[in-house]
Amino acid sequence: MNRIPSALQLGIRRGGLEIRQFARQRESVVFTLLFPVILLAIFGSVFQNTIAPGVTFSQYFVAGMIASGLVNTGFQALAITIPMERDVGALKRLRGTPMPASSYFIGKSILIFVSMVIQILLLLGFGVAFFGLEMPTESSKWLTFAWLVLLGSACSTALGIAFSIVPKSGRGASAVVSPIVIILQFFSGVFFVFTQLPPWMQQVAAIFPLKWLTQGMRSVFLPESFASQEVAQSWELQTSFVVLMIWLAIGIFFSVRKFKWDRD
Amino acid sequence: MSLIEVQGLKKSYGDVHAVRGVDLEIAQGEIFSLLGPNGAGKTTTVEILEGFRNRDAGSVSVLGFDPQTRGRESRIWRDRIGIVLQSSSDAGDLTVVETIHHFSGYYSNPRNVDEVIHSVGLKEKESALIRNLSGGQRRRLDVALGIIGNPELLFLDEPTTGFDPEARRAFWALIQQLRSDGTSILLTTHYLDEAEALADRVAVINKGVIMEVSTPADLGGRATSQATVQWRDGAETKSEKTDNPTAVVSALSTRFNGEVPELVVTRPSLEDIYLEMIGGVDE
Repeated sequence: MNRIPSALQLGIRRGGLEIRQFARQRESVVFTLLFPVILLAIFGSVFQNTIAPGVTFSQYFVAGMIASGLVNTGFQALAITIPMERDVGALKRLRGTPMPASSYFIGKSILIFVSMVIQILLLLGFGVAFFGLEMPTESSKWLTFAWLVLLGSACSTALGIAFSIVPKSGRGASAVVSPIVIILQFFSGVFFVFTQLPPWMQQVAAIFPLKWLTQGMRSVFLPESFASQEVAQSWELQTSFVVLMIWLAIGIFFSVRKFKWDRD
Repeated sequence: MSLIEVQGLKKSYGDVHAVRGVDLEIAQGEIFSLLGPNGAGKTTTVEILEGFRNRDAGSVSVLGFDPQTRGRESRIWRDRIGIVLQSSSDAGDLTVVETIHHFSGYYSNPRNVDEVIHSVGLKEKESALIRNLSGGQRRRLDVALGIIGNPELLFLDEPTTGFDPEARRAFWALIQQLRSDGTSILLTTHYLDEAEALADRVAVINKGVIMEVSTPADLGGRATSQATVQWRDGAETKSEKTDNPTAVVSALSTRFNGEVPELVVTRPSLEDIYLEMIGGVDE
């Protein structure tokens, strides 16, 4: 008698399967991966002004797009697709097999991380090619970028899985989830310069992870001199790290404790 | 040794007492069928046995394990059972063989993927995307996923809903094959002919209690109940209930001088008995 495969082993297998399934849904592949690029094309063409010496709006916007891409691809996609999987009985079927819940979560994390990396590459490539995006040169900035993407992706995935318990059905999920994401994007300085938003909006945004991800991404893509124009006159990277870690913990807690495999 | 042992099982949802004290014992190697109308407590009972729901009271043992237990032990237990749920329509973007192969990786001792595809009759469709399968083919895939782990015990919930008669016969043959390979099966079904064709024993559940457990032939005193002899007399159809149908037919034969016009001898079908049983409780 062989042993039951380990949770990690099955999680990696599930990741492969999730990617394969995702890749076959052409519409959602195009939408998910190219949507930020399309937004960049629109905003980059409309706002050709500079918001500080040497800082174009496109440069500012790319930071926001990468951050909100993490929210769209992870949180939004999972909080909508998991209720759909639940509706069609896919989750209940999985529950009836020896595959542990953690493998399912690992599989989702892999899917989100891989699609995030592709999305970022497309966005950066497009930005450099058409909108004069300047890439950071210091390795310390790339290090910041790496942990922001990793932690942001994990946080977004965990919160998406946790939030999937909220929509009653797959059909209604989008109506519940999308407004939250869009409002957060406006509040968090993705579409506008954050410091130009009303203070109450800034304060609300500061509770949620997107503001901190966006600000962190600005520290990567904007010149060091721009830090003085942030709310705290600094990038506040430590605070970003702490806030994201707290939200990651909240996401994992609810995912593990409250995940719903079955309707009703 | 019993495969499934249930004693005093109770489960309520708020004020609704779905299961009100169920006792069951299912032996190794048998096909056991649970019959009952919608809302009888059938699904709740099965879902408790499958570990999908927790019970309020009573004791449950499935393969010597309490389905309510969670954690690693529960994985080892799930490794030994197979579940075919009522309806699932997931994973439309994968092919049949991809899906079965993937699920086989969940188990410690899976059956051969190709053999399973053959046995459920999906060989020609193995490279088709699941979204392109017909309802019956999809159901076969459900069964394939239920048996890929080489289970000792298989739960089958309404397996042939939506099948045409030919597909149903083929499916029955598959289930009988599984049983002769040593798999025990708990079958829930709405089709009485299905229970009759497949089950070694049936239990009728209604209003949360088991009314009777018996072989399909003996249920509700069916084997010893009166037969009905029906024939045509001129323009009239006549019938007679009797304990001695052979004597009645013989007498008729003498009367008609040989062939009795439109002669039919019937005993109550499983369905008649079943409807009588569940109807009797409604009053």
